[in-house]
Amino acid sequence: MRLVVFLTAASLPIAGAVAAEPILSPGFRFSEQTGEALYSNACQACHMGNGEGATGAGQYPALARNPKLETAAYPTYVVLKGQKAMPAAGRLMTDEQVAAVVNYVRTHFGNDYGPPTTAEQVKQAR
Amino acid sequence: MYQAMTSLGYAAESGYKGRIRLEGDPKGASVLVLGAGLAGLAAALELRQAGYKVTVLEFNNRAGGRNWSLRGGDSYTELGGATQKCEFDAGLYLNPGPWRIPYHHNGLLDYCRRLGVTLEPFQQLNHNAYLHSAKAFGGQPRRIREIKTDFQGHTSELLAKVVQKGQLDELVTKEDREVLLESLRWWGVLDRNYAYKAGLITSEFRGYERDPGGGLGAEPVAGEVIGLSDILQSRLWRGLSSFAAYEFQTTMFQPVGGMGRIGEAFTREVGDLITYNARVTRIAQGEKSVTVTYQDTTAPGATHQVSADWCVCTIPLSILSQIDVQVGDPMLAAIAAVPYASSVKIGLQFKRRFWEEDEQIFGGISYTDLPIRQISYPSNDFNTTGKGVLLGCYTWNGANSYELTSMSPQQRIERALDCGMQIHPQYRREFETGISVAWHRSPFTLGCAGDWTEDARRQHYDNLCQIDGRIVLAGEHASYIPAWQEGAILSALDAIGRLHKRVVQG
Repeated sequence: MRLVVFLTAASLPIAGAVAAEPILSPGFRFSEQTGEALYSNACQACHMGNGEGATGAGQYPALARNPKLETAAYPTYVVLKGQKAMPAAGRLMTDEQVAAVVNYVRTHFGNDYGPPTTAEQVKQAR
Repeated sequence: MYQAMTSLGYAAESGYKGRIRLEGDPKGASVLVLGAGLAGLAAALELRQAGYKVTVLEFNNRAGGRNWSLRGGDSYTELGGATQKCEFDAGLYLNPGPWRIPYHHNGLLDYCRRLGVTLEPFQQLNHNAYLHSAKAFGGQPRRIREIKTDFQGHTSELLAKVVQKGQLDELVTKEDREVLLESLRWWGVLDRNYAYKAGLITSEFRGYERDPGGGLGAEPVAGEVIGLSDILQSRLWRGLSSFAAYEFQTTMFQPVGGMGRIGEAFTREVGDLITYNARVTRIAQGEKSVTVTYQDTTAPGATHQVSADWCVCTIPLSILSQIDVQVGDPMLAAIAAVPYASSVKIGLQFKRRFWEEDEQIFGGISYTDLPIRQISYPSNDFNTTGKGVLLGCYTWNGANSYELTSMSPQQRIERALDCGMQIHPQYRREFETGISVAWHRSPFTLGCAGDWTEDARRQHYDNLCQIDGRIVLAGEHASYIPAWQEGAILSALDAIGRLHKRVVQG
């Protein structure tokens, strides 16, 4: 059997660097519950394994060390409503899931922001 | 005029009005076209023929954009840095983007005619392909012909019973009731008592347990029909609508050799106008001209500028919304209003065409509730002994599409094989090599296609399509047929038609 050859540009981190196991949800909505699992199976598609974002003809903004995450309201809004080309991925998540993933990105990838948001606050923003 | 074109055969289902006539002298005016996908290529071709000086900037090192086929020897680097080398055998390909052309996409079909792109039928509906649910019939797939015939038969029987009990007397006249019963017998293959039952008559539609043959022992055997409740609870009936939709009705087409043949044919016409590896960073306009700033991605650092009298910008909104574009607020708001769909396609090469040899599936699509959603069998080279490439996954939005995008290319193929095994146990034994394209990781689109909501359309669509000073936008995102190539073509023709009018009227 011949195998597909996978090369990786040496200067770039490999996609899938986040440790959480890849998941395929049984339905149309995300079944992942923890912030880590949601990040690595949803957000990582564009924002990449270490929150570093990516650049092609346009960019996916880095979430790593991103001061825009200082208040929870902003990432909550973006996840719920989408922004420019970013789809409103939060429509495929419960309020609890949105809170979990928002809290995750605000406390990982070099971010250390509090206090955590709650499902109730997400519900208000939805 | 319209009637004349209709009588000439240009009955414009898609809104295509026949070959565009840009009459009047543009007097040496220049146009800068941004993006060499189908919208940009069609614009460049027509504008040059009308007498414009045309320049095209393209981000990729090839033209065609999402009109694209991956063939053996090609390599593709996605955002995140993973590079896949396509190792398909000669003649085999994956169309990562568009892969089928409805018969009523007249604009695209006309360009195929003009550019000499040979088409062949694309099999959308194959009655012998499968409908599958991991949660129904013990995970065993069912042939489409069985589900379709049995579902139609059972529902016809139910309706006939209701009619016979007089429960529709208030809704249907006596004369119509008689014809209705007769039609239900025809439509549902019911017996003379209006019952749907297993037998050689229903087998003529749903297929046999053993097909009629020749010589001794060749008598056909009818199979059991699938019970109504089993069909209803299986949800397999959902798959039937995939074939009924107008955009999927027969006859559909594909270019011989891969969808990318269309972009390649355009490139033969206008390739000399294209500057490749150009990453646009700014689009400015003044009273008299448009100036575009771009970087050569093969020589990072240096920026270049090019100016023209007019600009046709076909850059996807996912990217354009990040570029400094000098247009008015209404168009800026429109550019920022369209999310881009998630989609993943995976091509799998197998040592032999087991779907044909073992299962008599020649083209068409099997639908499943597994994350891969569908398996499409090649619509070409039927009944040959060679290898074949299946479309082993095609997602559109939903959690699975994001999840597959988040995986490495190798993980995607592993998952596609795991899923496909549940429908075709031959998968692992026959698999050779595969390649995946997750559209949110595509460097040149950052997504699959414009995913308009009705609200966004009401608020922004007209503002997106208006000419703003010297700039007009085009592409599938500026159409009511998003994600279809016809949308890109029609939008480009409409844009340059309006632009030309403005130019010749001074």
